[in-house]
Amino acid sequence: MTDTQRVVHAYPFSPPDRFKLDPFYAELRRREPLTRVRMPYGEEAWLATRYADVRTVLGDARFSRAASADRDEPRISPRKLEAGLLLMDPPEHTRLRRLVAKAFTARRVEQLRPRTQEVANELVDRMIATGPPADLVQHFATPLPITVICELLGVPVEDQDRFHVWSEAVVSTTSLSVEQIAGYIQNLFAYMRGLIAQRRQEPTEDLISALVRVRDEDNQRLSEDELVRLLTGLLAAGHETTVTQIPNFTYVLLTNPDKLAELRADPSLVPAAVEELMRYVPLGVASSFARYATEDVELGGVLVRAGEPVIGSLSSANRDEEVFPDPDSLDFGRSANPHIGFGHGAHHCVGAQLARMELQVAIDVLVRRFPELRFAVPEEELEWKSGMLVRGLKRMPVAW
Amino acid sequence: MEERHARTRAEADAGGVVGDDWRISVDGGTCIGAGICAGTAPTAFRLVNGVSTPTHDTVEADDAIRAAAESCPVEAITVRDREGTVIAPEP
Ligand code: HEM
Ligand code: SF4
Repeated sequence: MTDTQRVVHAYPFSPPDRFKLDPFYAELRRREPLTRVRMPYGEEAWLATRYADVRTVLGDARFSRAASADRDEPRISPRKLEAGLLLMDPPEHTRLRRLVAKAFTARRVEQLRPRTQEVANELVDRMIATGPPADLVQHFATPLPITVICELLGVPVEDQDRFHVWSEAVVSTTSLSVEQIAGYIQNLFAYMRGLIAQRRQEPTEDLISALVRVRDEDNQRLSEDELVRLLTGLLAAGHETTVTQIPNFTYVLLTNPDKLAELRADPSLVPAAVEELMRYVPLGVASSFARYATEDVELGGVLVRAGEPVIGSLSSANRDEEVFPDPDSLDFGRSANPHIGFGHGAHHCVGAQLARMELQVAIDVLVRRFPELRFAVPEEELEWKSGMLVRGLKRMPVAW
Repeated sequence: MEERHARTRAEADAGGVVGDDWRISVDGGTCIGAGICAGTAPTAFRLVNGVSTPTHDTVEADDAIRAAAESCPVEAITVRDREGTVIAPEP
């Protein structure tokens, strides 16, 4: 088949519906693992759907993120990504990433677990004191990761009403207008600059102060603009995603009562359950950010030419039957679970260990403290977000 | 402490002198296969069956390798100098 004969599919293939993954992905994995797609914005692209190919696109240095800067990158948002880690390649990317990586290792994150448990339990105490129904999104899933990332960075938790609204701009596609998005992002930058100025005056024990110190000791390692963007990126990414995944995981458990019962009977399964839920929930509405081939690369049976963009579907990779037996079933007993829900390669999620810990604490606390957790409205009445990069619930009224 | 020639900036960054070699080891039981190392220093690390494997046990001092070890989320990589002193990750 020559490239000109290939059918170009509109992508995403269908609008998001709960956590259903369009069956067309499975067909493509079998039949045409590299497919031509056109997204709502940007140029035509290759879409990779098999696990091995998606990992190559994300992990192989012959695929570049930096090259997207001066291209009309395929995407679902009118706006292109702002500068940041996700727009850089090694070694430039490495220079910035290593500065923050230390703060997010499994070892460092483990030190935050007791405090995370404390916050989660306080939130549950408050829900119980007020009585059902409660909105799991507003009363639990939102404040938990926000408190944790704020304390880690050194951002005053009391300001969350302000920056939480602005942070939506980072994961919004069409839920906000282009002007709103730009405005909110400017607000976030200005807010962060204020905090940086404060810490320069009075350093404290937090990541903002640590990075300010790096910057002031050696401005070759970190420019002022990079400092602001790096911290703002962490603040926004540090809660938008986990805030969405806590209710997502809860939704899957409440709609799979046998799985929930398994966790109740044996909470030591929670870490395995979190990995399996990361694999199973197709969080992204579309695929990874596009990577541009820097040379001709043979991939999935086609020759990707130098300069062509490729996107990889994490959700499809996570359901690849070559890697995950019976991929559409939820199984907390999988012996190996090398899902790529946090990406792969140089851009593998900086916050992955933090998010894992938060999700483990959240699910553990919910399972232990609400033995009869249930939706407080019929499932069909749950409201789903739209115009975002990720699938998630606007509200989740629950009772117990 | 005079014998060594003055270090250039790049050498100082690499934490050694030119021609110095480093020993790399990966704890395969700890590695979660995230591929950050192979993405950061592709000449030094490769994923074999989902587990990071150094391409050579001994490599020339290179800051990208130290960065890879610093960026591993589970600190599965250890880089040592010729004397066996740990260069990365930081304790
Ligand atoms: C369940 C929660 C989360 C999920 C599912 C998630 C997912 C991802 C994915 C898939 C990527 C790679 C994108 C790509 O390569 O195209 C990524 C990158 C990133 N994530 Fe997360 N993430 C989560 C939580 C967090 C948290 C808590 C933080 C904050 C510390 C964070 C910060 C970042 C950053 C800064 C990047 C860019 C890394 C780079 O380019 O080097 N994420 N995340
Ligand atoms: S960065 Fe660490 S966890 Fe990831 S593949 Fe390399 S050694 Fe393994």
